[in-house]
Amino acid sequence: MTAANEIIRAAEAEVCRPWLRHILTQSDWAALAHASAAESWILLAHWADTIQAHALFLDPDALTVVPVSTPIESGLYPALSPVLPGAAWYERMIHDLWGHEAFGASDLRPWLDHDAWPQHHPLAMRPHPNTAAETPALVGIDQDGAMILPLGPIWGQIDEAAHLRLTLNGPAIRRAESLLGFTHKGTLSLMRGKSPRAAARFAARLSADATVAHSVAFAQATESAMDAQVPPRAAALRIVMLETERIAAHLDNLAEVGRLADAQAVRTRCGFLREILLRASEAAFGHRLMMDCVVPGGIAMDIAEGGSQVILRALGDIASQLSGIRRLHDSGALPAQLTGLGPAGRTLATSLSVGGVAGRASGRAFDVRTMFASDYSGLSPRIAIRTEGDAAARQHLRIFEIEESLRLVGAALKALPDGPITVALPQVSGEGIACVESIRGDVWHWLRLDHGQIAAAFPRDPGWALWPLAERVLENAAANDAALIRASFALPASGMDL
Amino acid sequence: MTWKPRLRPQPEPAAPLDPETTQSLCARLEAAAQTRLGRSLAIRHVNTGSCNGCELEMRALSNVLYDLERFGLRFVDSPRHADVLLVTGPLTRNLRTALEQAWDATPDPKWVVAVGDCAVDGGVFKGSYAVLGGTGLSVPVDLTIGGCPPPPSRILAGLRTLLEANTR
Repeated sequence: MTAANEIIRAAEAEVCRPWLRHILTQSDWAALAHASAAESWILLAHWADTIQAHALFLDPDALTVVPVSTPIESGLYPALSPVLPGAAWYERMIHDLWGHEAFGASDLRPWLDHDAWPQHHPLAMRPHPNTAAETPALVGIDQDGAMILPLGPIWGQIDEAAHLRLTLNGPAIRRAESLLGFTHKGTLSLMRGKSPRAAARFAARLSADATVAHSVAFAQATESAMDAQVPPRAAALRIVMLETERIAAHLDNLAEVGRLADAQAVRTRCGFLREILLRASEAAFGHRLMMDCVVPGGIAMDIAEGGSQVILRALGDIASQLSGIRRLHDSGALPAQLTGLGPAGRTLATSLSVGGVAGRASGRAFDVRTMFASDYSGLSPRIAIRTEGDAAARQHLRIFEIEESLRLVGAALKALPDGPITVALPQVSGEGIACVESIRGDVWHWLRLDHGQIAAAFPRDPGWALWPLAERVLENAAANDAALIRASFALPASGMDL
Repeated sequence: MTWKPRLRPQPEPAAPLDPETTQSLCARLEAAAQTRLGRSLAIRHVNTGSCNGCELEMRALSNVLYDLERFGLRFVDSPRHADVLLVTGPLTRNLRTALEQAWDATPDPKWVVAVGDCAVDGGVFKGSYAVLGGTGLSVPVDLTIGGCPPPPSRILAGLRTLLEANTR
């Protein structure tokens, strides 16, 4: 047995369906951090509540998910970031929201808290009133002749709010540093004390292009916590919505990258096809983005009469154009621009636990649909992997995934079971975790219920992994390519700003 | 001895114009240009904490089915080039300064359009410690377009109304 597993076995555990959450002493927590780094365990998420710090690990050999916790002692807990660099931003977030300090942390600057809220540590038992504190400062470089290019928070043409500061040496980027938290809306505090049904509206608004993925992950975490089973019809329709969302988002990304790379044919075709699909979604599910269509216990509304046909017709239109879109990515100006652009290596992607298209394009075969999603088992989704890790590989994978999702939606609609679409949820206490493969990678939702109401929750958006990866990839890239690299990662902001 | 032509072809000096005709032509041209060419607005999008739903629908405005630019509407890169600020999001406290700076940088005359329920009054995020709750709490708003998110057709209708009002 490995050292990490030994630490886990020895600890007492609480039920956190479908897994066990192990409560470690602070010294064991620190030991686990070292053991996990040695055994290449992957840190999926790191968060806290008022009394404990939590971390979610993936054991890649056994393919198990390991939630662990450690008590906060006089406001402190041992930091993970010295051994697991991916934990640094989480630790800054935990400090800003709950006030727990990670001792020995590599970075303790504020993250979400830009000193504009009326109080500090808003999720702590007793928040502090705001008395002028430090604002987040960026590191930068002390180097003669370096030029600093600050971008955002209002940037691009139509973009999410984030700040990226590039330190340039001539046309080359020497350092890229991002500052997020601008769109922090206090989602976690709004969810607390509400019923899962009411809180689902906030889960659906974490990141609108992945609204179905976040809604399904939140709903499944609630259902695990309550040990409830959704009816098969609801489960099948959730898959239809998830895959429809994936097709729409990938088309949107192809169009956006096409726009930035001056490939107007790609932009026009993909934008048009996406609009057709969105109109079909509205006809079938009542909302273009299918926001609020998934609720804990099932789905909000059954698919409209004739909705299947409308969706299938839209999918047929997309399928007929797909080979043309692929051709445009195979030859001509687009591959010339995208090949070799923004390469991300497999080691880096794995260490930062980057999933989704970005992870698979760099050779990391990680897709939770094939691992932890039992609803997909009848459909056996195929995943593709590329090893180049560059923007061209990411766009090719997106086209492949559109094709695969077309098949999955078709298969799910064909075998759509009859029956109810919701199940009544009991007013019980419990804890649950669930994951869903969103358009950018794995989304994880954890929550704890107290007599049917949310006591604590945390959603882990893929942005937590994508932004650090993008920072590293931007270093040594040309400043002119920054926008295109950013678009090819589809960097989100709202989902991780909470 | 140099040769000099006796008959050198030269344009005659122009006769003075009839000022009355000029005046009336000027007026007619201005009126025609105003209605035919003056219908254009430069739009700057300002994100004040949106979940990116409104952004998705605004991006859809540029696709071939809505084709925003045929109405003389276009997105620009800087508030300094803008006539309209299109604001989305519930106005998080962390973005208040950014919105005010964008508003200050936009030359007069300018319009502010609040797009989406969040920008109208904070939407579902009303009452959060991190949110002020609506664009109007920081800068004067001229037009609101509700919806969560509003479909592109509704955003387009709002912008065209603004265009119509602008040319009158």
